[in-house]
Amino acid sequence: MMRTTKPARAAQYVALAAYLVFLAFPFLWLISTAFKPARELGSLHPTWIPKDPTLDNFRQAFDEQPLLRAAGNSLIAALSAALIAVVIATPMAYVMARHRNRVAKAATGWVVISQAFPFVLIIIPLFLILKNLHLINSLLGLIMVYVVWSLPFALWMLVGYVRAVPTELEEAAAVDGASKVRTFVSVVAPLLAPGIVATAMFAFITAWNEFFFALVLLKTPEKQTLPVILNRFIGTEGVADLGPLAAAAFLATIPSLVIFAIIQKRITGGMLAGAVKA
Amino acid sequence: MTLATATKRSARGKPGRGVADHGAWFLVLPALIPILVLSVGPLLYGIALAFTDSQSGRTEPTQWVGALNFQDLLHDTLFWDSFRIGLLWAFGVTVPQFFLALGLALLLNQPLRMRWLARALAIIPWAMPEVVVGIMWRLVYHPDAGVLNETLSDLGLGDGKDWLTGTATALFAVIVVGVWAGMPQTTVALLAGLQNTPRELHEAAAMDGAGAWRRFTTVTWPAIKPIALAITALNFIWNFNSFALVYVLTQGGPGGRTRLPMLFAYEEAFRYGQFGYAAAMGCVMVAVISVILSVYLVGRLKGGDEA
Repeated sequence: MMRTTKPARAAQYVALAAYLVFLAFPFLWLISTAFKPARELGSLHPTWIPKDPTLDNFRQAFDEQPLLRAAGNSLIAALSAALIAVVIATPMAYVMARHRNRVAKAATGWVVISQAFPFVLIIIPLFLILKNLHLINSLLGLIMVYVVWSLPFALWMLVGYVRAVPTELEEAAAVDGASKVRTFVSVVAPLLAPGIVATAMFAFITAWNEFFFALVLLKTPEKQTLPVILNRFIGTEGVADLGPLAAAAFLATIPSLVIFAIIQKRITGGMLAGAVKA
Repeated sequence: MTLATATKRSARGKPGRGVADHGAWFLVLPALIPILVLSVGPLLYGIALAFTDSQSGRTEPTQWVGALNFQDLLHDTLFWDSFRIGLLWAFGVTVPQFFLALGLALLLNQPLRMRWLARALAIIPWAMPEVVVGIMWRLVYHPDAGVLNETLSDLGLGDGKDWLTGTATALFAVIVVGVWAGMPQTTVALLAGLQNTPRELHEAAAMDGAGAWRRFTTVTWPAIKPIALAITALNFIWNFNSFALVYVLTQGGPGGRTRLPMLFAYEEAFRYGQFGYAAAMGCVMVAVISVILSVYLVGRLKGGDEA
């Protein structure tokens, strides 16, 4: 263990405290605003802790916008996209991790390049294609876009997990005469299960949080997802009922926070596997 | 970090079993088809659209117009304003984000008492929908009901600024939010790098009498440099292409002061229906990013030898 002098240690604690304040205060303010009654929000000297905490904002938020329906739409879109993405990405990630043929190289190249593209270059043609298929203002169209959009990161995480699986088992299966597909399904995939779950959860969160594609593709409030509905709260003039807005925003965050808390370690592991070991 | 993955992969030896194995195709096709149909295809289609007069809801057929859109773009001062704002924003977010994240990662790598709390808090901005981050900071910046002005006036530091709607403060205000929102990913990536650094190296350096700064430059930095460079490059690109955060915070206002290129292209395409023109903007953005990135990568390869 390295020795750290006392003043140095004290400075570290001061710095850490500053970070804690910077990271926490907007979130604490959001929660505080969500529980404040209207008259406190109108006061010129806002306080950190609501004097008269209330749940009215939450009730009002549900009255003002179709939040439940939007949450349902988000759930359908994010869940379907996450499931489809991992089901199709896992076999491909296996090939990318274990082979060095042209397909694997092209796929790796695509994963890299796709990170750099401004979505506007993709969304205009996609909009035209989906329009011709009558899939504008449809969750199905959005799910298709989300699947492809979450593939690069899913592939990247999964390739890391595949590399962590020792090759001896597959070699043994090959000696026994198992085909590539058979080996993958019965030997590799089960070992990858925890990584696949983590990847699916990450894909779920990114789709749950996504705004741009949903804004462009979904037109009517009945079809819109939570982020788009939240943005509707603000209104065109930027004037909003602060209380219900804060309440709805707070609620929309809870699912991602819970899932993220569960998989955070695995994501870090996946990033490491992808970036360092490669 | 995908960059790191890609560049190092090719350098590694292990020969593959080749294309001869047809089983591999079965495994690749389920993902390959959607990628080709919904990503590579639209991308090429998008580039093609940039050379047409495509508009939404028009009855006459779309025609090729050659480089006309690009010629128009060249003279579109509003677009170049937004381009300049996009670069300012991308630098303004990426650079402080990196140094703040490095500081936090170094602290979290120390045996400090409250670090579990900092780790937990550092997740929040990452897990939040960007729309919620935007809404949250609107509440913080709110001229009357916001915590920022109240705190500033309590501290006697002036009162009542309209941070997001003031022409002088808007870009700065959104940059602060961008830094806050993106810091966690960078911190986690750097922390992962730090934790992979062998402790013995530090101890050996300490034994040789190296101070904290010397230990950082000789042991820590070389170990995390690849991750640091990759994450910074990606952050720059992601920030330059970002949309949701600023859209929710200011919608590009006041008077276009925070109108990032993506916001400009979005308006052009989906408010005014100018698909061809907006696609041309996308192409210009890609071209500039590619140039920046290749300059950066060349620098990185050169820098790699001396390190």
